[in-house]
Amino acid sequence: MPHQQVKFYQTGTLTVGNRLLDKAQRTVQATMDRSNSLDSGHRACQGCGEALGARYAIDAAMRATDNQLIAANATGCLEVFTTPYPESAWRIPWMHSLFGNAPSVATGIAAALRVKGRQDVRVIAQGGDGGTTDIGFGALSGMFERNDDVLYICYDNQAYMNTGVQRSSATPGSARTATTMPLGAEPGAEFDKGKNVPLIAMAHGIPYVATASVDRLHDLEAKVEKAMSIRGARYIQVFVPCPLGWGSKPADTVKVARLAVESGLYPLFEAEYGELTSATKIRRKVGVADYLKLQRRFAHTLKNEAQLARLQAVADNNIRRFGLIDEQGD
Amino acid sequence: MNKPFAITLDVGSSLLNKTGSWRTERPVYLDRLPPCNNACPAGENIQAWLYHAEEGRYEQAWREIMQNNPFPAVMGRVCYHPCENACNRVHLDDAVGINSVERFLGDQALREGWQVEPGEDTGKRVMVVGGGPAGLACAYHLRCLGHQVTVYEAAAQAGGMVRYGIPKYRMPREKLKAEIRRIEEMGVEIILNTRIDDIQGFKEANGFDAVFLAIGAQQPKRVEIPSDETIQQLDAVGLLRAIEEEEHVALRGRVVVYGGGNTAIDVARSAVRMGATQVTLLVYEAREKMPAHEMEIAEALEEGVEILPLRAIREIRDGGLKLEQMVDGEGQWPQASGQFETFQADLVVQALGQQVETDLLQNLAGARVEDDALQVDVEMKSGCEGIFAGGDMVPSARTVTTAIGHGKHAARSIDAWLRGEQYQKPVKHELVDIDKMNTWYYTDAPRTVRPMLDIVRRQSGFAEVVGDLDEINAAYEARRCMSCGNCFECDNCYGVCPDNAITKLGPGNRFEFKYDYCKGCGMCATECPCGAIKMEPESI
Repeated sequence: MPHQQVKFYQTGTLTVGNRLLDKAQRTVQATMDRSNSLDSGHRACQGCGEALGARYAIDAAMRATDNQLIAANATGCLEVFTTPYPESAWRIPWMHSLFGNAPSVATGIAAALRVKGRQDVRVIAQGGDGGTTDIGFGALSGMFERNDDVLYICYDNQAYMNTGVQRSSATPGSARTATTMPLGAEPGAEFDKGKNVPLIAMAHGIPYVATASVDRLHDLEAKVEKAMSIRGARYIQVFVPCPLGWGSKPADTVKVARLAVESGLYPLFEAEYGELTSATKIRRKVGVADYLKLQRRFAHTLKNEAQLARLQAVADNNIRRFGLIDEQGD
Repeated sequence: MNKPFAITLDVGSSLLNKTGSWRTERPVYLDRLPPCNNACPAGENIQAWLYHAEEGRYEQAWREIMQNNPFPAVMGRVCYHPCENACNRVHLDDAVGINSVERFLGDQALREGWQVEPGEDTGKRVMVVGGGPAGLACAYHLRCLGHQVTVYEAAAQAGGMVRYGIPKYRMPREKLKAEIRRIEEMGVEIILNTRIDDIQGFKEANGFDAVFLAIGAQQPKRVEIPSDETIQQLDAVGLLRAIEEEEHVALRGRVVVYGGGNTAIDVARSAVRMGATQVTLLVYEAREKMPAHEMEIAEALEEGVEILPLRAIREIRDGGLKLEQMVDGEGQWPQASGQFETFQADLVVQALGQQVETDLLQNLAGARVEDDALQVDVEMKSGCEGIFAGGDMVPSARTVTTAIGHGKHAARSIDAWLRGEQYQKPVKHELVDIDKMNTWYYTDAPRTVRPMLDIVRRQSGFAEVVGDLDEINAAYEARRCMSCGNCFECDNCYGVCPDNAITKLGPGNRFEFKYDYCKGCGMCATECPCGAIKMEPESI
């Protein structure tokens, strides 16, 4: 070996950028000329995870497609806070139609581009978990089934935040929402309800499915980049904490996301054509209580041993099922 | 109104919406004081030079050290590195090997012949008495500030206790010589074998504008032990000096070193190298209360030195030592137990500390000697106008690093005094502790252990014990620095802002907040690895 590679140990590759890393290894977010697809002045709450996740994902997609990108947006926070008529925070061609039809609108855009021979222009559809897992689910499944050339990104904040924090089919068991109050024998949302849309997407056998989180930028960008290198229907679900709906501190958004991943409650993985291909390993495992205690929506679970045990079991099951802990450690 | 059907407003960007008005707290970039810098008696900006070293910019790193300390190759060997004891990285794995990187940089400078330019000539002349670390450091800094400096040294060689008190296995002489020569090449004159008794008179006779006194504490402290002279007694200072001057010293047979400080360890380890069959440290204090540095003790034990703590020598008779066992005084001095034992020895070396030779201070008007030290004020001024002092002769921790810090501080005070001003120490930034940092972002990186000389060779000669880092592991070690409290441009704040309210100004220029849009969520501050962002209440 003529030249020994000096590894960077100060921050590894966990920070957004790194002056000592090769340019190609830095994130899109670290570059001075990132597209800032979602610009300042939007009306999301302080510390909004969705605003952050959307800029991360769309900026990465912009770089991957050489800025040739059109987005269709479902109704939801992301639509409302970015585009109060006549202003828009989007710096990409962007279209909103209805709550439930973003996948179909994107299908239409993709079809039009195909007819026009514009294979260089790529299409993204995006929405929150309500618009994706409930209201737009039929359209989404259709888009998967037809294998339309669209990347669908779901920003998962686990409830209908825009309308006042109602339960969605992505709300986890025990979480308090406006419609699942912490009352009775099983306070908060019921366990064993709801849908796991990434797994449902995998069941469609589409070319690419992934989950990501706003605390893991390198992982998130790599997944978006990979998705944009593939044609056909693709699905990425990004975990985006909501300080307002979850009762967490705005400053803790990334931290909350990190603890969700490190506890095993939010497994990060990739799948191709229905097969699991990789899992992002837990670096320093924490118990679920570390994650729960930062959020008022789970405050009651900390006093409820049965619920706490149940949530821990969910995390442990994820760790086992997706292989989130490397036997060798990191 | 020339708009399409049903359109009444012009389209616009969200940039019209100044969300900064939501804010109740504003993020502010700041530099906090890293604990290493705070702990360094020489006032080095360690974080700053490690920052350069991380990128392989070794010359820049070295020049940063030279701002505060002209002896990196010496300090990289003999400093007891309080910086590493303070290092925040211990909360993750182990302290950064600051000392080893400093040594690498010091040696690299000698290999490459890097030099420092003197300052523009001021026409002022300063006399330095004592060519040890304090005097030489002061001379160097004065020269950087443009003053003419002459150093008077009583011994045959410059270097003070670094040369005459620290054995070669810790401090190879060629490195010391080279770093002193570099100071001479800046125009500092060093006059050897010259002892000055009448400081005031000499100053006036030779037209000096100011004096820096740094004669050290070179007189051994001794205890009188009743003896029938059947065992020879030596003192540590004289012994180490004799070894340095290569006089014949018989350190053979069973050698007892009386004392538990670093000098005692130096003597013991020298005795091992000179062929003593058995080397024992008799220590008055309990083992864990020995003043010697732990690392030194550990290395001595490895080399076969024995330690007998809580012992006092009461008498020397018939070729044996009468020892009294002491009882740890629980925060007090050890107490006599009345239990005695006899210990066989061929030689006793007293290493019970040193004191200042106060004779030449007698005729210095205004000088005040108290507690075996010349008293100075915060500007290192003695009571005698125009005479400053530092190093071991003033109240201090009596380490080389402290002496170097005194030299720097005195040089700056002298410079201000020569201009008719008063030196003001710059205000320290607030200290950054681990709670203000987000250590998630630092990956695990075990400390690079410097190679150690083979134990057999350590026991038989004066070759340097601790080895060098090479260019690759020096960079690795530097990169373990977490840059506590000082932005290292990791781009985290720029990345994690959900409002795109941070401008990246480009390499070396850090970042800027767009307060028009910052909503004050505080995510940048939470996710800043090194604690270089603070949230301040907004005045509403």
